[in-house]
Amino acid sequence: MEVLYETLLDVTWSQVAMWAIGGLLIYLAIAKEMEPTLLLPMGFGAILVNLPHSGAAGVIEHLFDIGINGHELFPLILFIGIGAMIDFEPLLTNPKLMFFGAAAQFGIFFTLCAASLLGFEINDAASIAIIGAADGPTSIFVAQVLESNYLAPIMVAAYSYMALVPIVQPPIIKLCTTKKERKIKMTYKGKTVSKRTKILFPIIITCIVGLVAPDAVALIGFLMFGNLIRECGVLNSLSETAQKVLANLITIFLGITIASQMKADEFINKETFIIIILGLVAFVVDTFGGVMLAKIMNLFLKEKINPMIGAAGISAFPMSARVVHKLGLEEDNQNFLLMHSIGVNVSGQVASVIAGGLILAFFR
Amino acid sequence: MDIFNVQFLLDSLPYMGKGMLGIFVVTAVIVTVVNALNSIPDKKNK
Repeated sequence: MEVLYETLLDVTWSQVAMWAIGGLLIYLAIAKEMEPTLLLPMGFGAILVNLPHSGAAGVIEHLFDIGINGHELFPLILFIGIGAMIDFEPLLTNPKLMFFGAAAQFGIFFTLCAASLLGFEINDAASIAIIGAADGPTSIFVAQVLESNYLAPIMVAAYSYMALVPIVQPPIIKLCTTKKERKIKMTYKGKTVSKRTKILFPIIITCIVGLVAPDAVALIGFLMFGNLIRECGVLNSLSETAQKVLANLITIFLGITIASQMKADEFINKETFIIIILGLVAFVVDTFGGVMLAKIMNLFLKEKINPMIGAAGISAFPMSARVVHKLGLEEDNQNFLLMHSIGVNVSGQVASVIAGGLILAFFR
Repeated sequence: MDIFNVQFLLDSLPYMGKGMLGIFVVTAVIVTVVNALNSIPDKKNK
């Protein structure tokens, strides 16, 4: 009988708090359908590792060692799947959209300074800043390579805010734009892109980014490898596997592996709270950066751009593009911005990896 | 971790400039390359 309540007496208040956080993540995943593929395994894992004397902690730690701690295997393999899912055609038909993706990385560098001001060591500040990449695998990769002490809160913030893009972005976009600007219509010139361009694009991007930021070559390389499988036209079966089975399999393990870092004694502290706030700052400033570049460009362009599409430059794909499209329709039910915002959104995916590479080049 | 470390902020500020400049330079190179690729006529469309 003693055995039954001995374990019960070992429960600490911080473990109970972690059960509540796990429960909240599961609730958001199921009831609100926010990034359920990640938040659900993370939420369940958070409960699992925070049971007193948890026998599951060992196996999850082992998954962490081989999947993340070793050579950042899980995020990189997941990038093959993501690369296979992305159609770069809207970007290739209008390459200047890439500049919005670049501008929407401003939140990363702003947050780097904010985290430094708050006293975080530079490797931790840089790892926190990369939450602004709005890209889970990049955040994990950079934080792990920089040996940040705050891997768990960074991962939780990165994935949570990606899920919260439909809530975080609209008020910022509305604050930065006028009603008249939001009503600007953009014509979509549906140019076709040659197969040769689609095949050469992932190879050339890998070479360019690899030469500028060698530390990011694994990230961009795996992303573009997935895209090459998709676009080559002779590996349809592999492309389908990468998009579905491979991505799903890794996602299951990634979510529960991240949870290994959510142990109460390491997770519940002041720093975690500050990191969650800084993550929000990163997303807000990213959105601001993208919109502002569009507004600046409009000063010089005859054919005006709807500045809202700049906000899609954060790489939360495809949520951010959908948010912009929906806002356009709210102002005018004939204002279709989806193709433009998708183009900006995929450019954000590339730009966020470049930003991650630069962060690694600076601080590794 | 200390609260408000101005020296850390001053140390990190140059990276904001270098980082944004770096992203825009790499992006400009990529845009140029993609434009060049798009300008090559497609054999099938000839």
